[in-house]
Amino acid sequence: MNLHEFQSKELLEAYDLPVSKRGIIKELGDIDKALKQINFEKGCVAKVQAHTGGRGKVGGVKLCKDKQNVEDFVNEWLGKQIVTNQTDQIGLPVNIISVDELTEIDSELYMSLLVDRAEKCISMIVSQAGGMNIEEVAEKNPEKILKFKFKGGNETDVSDLKEIAQSLNFTDDQKKQFFSIVQGCIKLFVEKDLSLLEINPLVVTTSGDLHCLDAKINIDENALYRQAEIEKMRDPSQEDQREYEAKKHDLSYVSLDGNIGCMVNGAGLAMGTMDTIKLYDGDPANFLDVGGTATKERVSEAFKLILSDKEVKGILVNIFGGIVRCDLIAQGIIDAINEIGVSVPIVVRLQGNMSSEGKTLLNNSGLNVIGEDSLMKAAQKIVELVK
Amino acid sequence: MSVLIDKNTKAIFQGFTGSQATMHAEQCIAYGTNIVGGVTPGKGGQLHLNLPVFNSVKDAIDSTSADTSVIFVPARFCKDAIIEAAKSGIKLIICITEGVPVLDMIEVIDVMKNYPDVRLVGPNCPGVISPGKAKLGIMPASIHKEGSVGIVSRSGTLTYEAVQQTSEVGLGQSTCIGIGGDPINGTSFIDCLKLFEEDEDTKSIVMVGEIGGNAEEEAADYIKSHVSKPVISYIAGVTAPKGKRMGHAGAIISGGKGTAQDKFNALNSAGVKVVTDLNLIGSELVKIL
Repeated sequence: MNLHEFQSKELLEAYDLPVSKRGIIKELGDIDKALKQINFEKGCVAKVQAHTGGRGKVGGVKLCKDKQNVEDFVNEWLGKQIVTNQTDQIGLPVNIISVDELTEIDSELYMSLLVDRAEKCISMIVSQAGGMNIEEVAEKNPEKILKFKFKGGNETDVSDLKEIAQSLNFTDDQKKQFFSIVQGCIKLFVEKDLSLLEINPLVVTTSGDLHCLDAKINIDENALYRQAEIEKMRDPSQEDQREYEAKKHDLSYVSLDGNIGCMVNGAGLAMGTMDTIKLYDGDPANFLDVGGTATKERVSEAFKLILSDKEVKGILVNIFGGIVRCDLIAQGIIDAINEIGVSVPIVVRLQGNMSSEGKTLLNNSGLNVIGEDSLMKAAQKIVELVK
Repeated sequence: MSVLIDKNTKAIFQGFTGSQATMHAEQCIAYGTNIVGGVTPGKGGQLHLNLPVFNSVKDAIDSTSADTSVIFVPARFCKDAIIEAAKSGIKLIICITEGVPVLDMIEVIDVMKNYPDVRLVGPNCPGVISPGKAKLGIMPASIHKEGSVGIVSRSGTLTYEAVQQTSEVGLGQSTCIGIGGDPINGTSFIDCLKLFEEDEDTKSIVMVGEIGGNAEEEAADYIKSHVSKPVISYIAGVTAPKGKRMGHAGAIISGGKGTAQDKFNALNSAGVKVVTDLNLIGSELVKIL
């Protein structure tokens, strides 16, 4: 789960990390109140709040000298969509704008904490190439990237960080600030079940202080059961509506651009099914894992979800029965189709326990459903039918 | 021979009396696996499926000499369940449960460094089966056949595809290991490759991977210098978009890294036969033997 920048900053603030004061604008009438939250003498930075990077490049971050500038910015963005190089062509709705107090910047750094899969620990990455795309830096100037592995728990020994602070050329005072920022970050990371905390840039101000200018936080979905406060910060408007609906029904769904809807049990097989469709010259419309127990209710919800995408011209269902009986799954599919009415062609591949019985049931159902037992044939069939 | 589990394995289930654990324990017993009991705190002393229930793993080991545990407890209790099993003397822990918080797994891995002879498989995995000998997991027994292929996979249902195809071409399997779809897990591809390389009865290896992380790339490096047996590999997620979690917590292309193409390249250069069509795992494997 992702947070907005202003929510991320609220969390940083709660852990005593230095962030800019800011005001929040959700409607035109909020401007005065928002500007009162900050020292506005020299102006402010107005920022579109949306779950995407690259906002600055499309005018979504702007230096505002006076209130008129802020009003213009709010009029330009509020209620509109922001499209960046990281969103699709429709973009994301802009429902919130923040106005941040100005920070005078001397230099910029990059800092992030993340779950390090290879090392099986939390790692921190720091680079003097701040504000830039870190992947690019990693590729072109790997020597500019410093890495630090946190050993078990959230206790950080400051002496372990000395070497990093040294190579960042910090003054003694900045080193102290850096140590306390790192300690705050790791505490936040562990206590709130983050999977990513990115501060880009972490700046050195003209008065020589370290300051977190922008922040991005991702939270481990598996841990949300113990993070009720964080769960409340979820902004469904920033998520794909079908993906959001799917989550409510415990289905795992991702939208794609094609016209063949997929319903599969198991995440790996769901990806494998998308790949197979592509391999036989079709285009998958989605990833959808209905989970281990493909009951009638789940299958119905899955069909509704797939069909809410108007691009879908046909559906491929791929179920590896395993311990569940395929004839029962076939009946569930038939009942679901009868209940919600599906007009596009459906090819169902059933494999495993009682699959031939399931196939017979489907082929005799009188519905626009074709049963197959090989995935290859099923994929070829659905590709042919949507042409 | 086989790896990890066989006729001599003595296994317990943690979370024994839950409905999923009960259903799968019944199937494992029916397969002939030596299940010696289970653990459900507070239900010690009862009988379940005609087997003794214990309050703790330690009690279970004291009475049954169990060496293996299959974990079915809910995700929020997995950390404690795994650590309890490791500390009590279980040597092989298979965690089936999906949805364990990743920071819990980091903690588990940290604690398990103190128990180097204990192996954890999973979490979020279908388990382990040595066909004809023992089954500890949720995989359907019927598609398996005793034979010579070692299968290791990050995905459950994709493993079943590989199993079915290797059965259909007549090769069968020595052992199938589901290592799980989470970003941080106990047993890696490399661990399994090493086991299969050392196992006399394993003549070839199927490795089923997916997008995300760099476990397949690391495995490719290992194969280059350490594996003499033929390896065939399928990687799921060629069509997956960047930055989206494809069901499994670990299946996500982040920062442009971990794409299927990266993995194909690494495996190809290690001499692994890569199949891009999931339907051809069995038939292509036969060709390289």
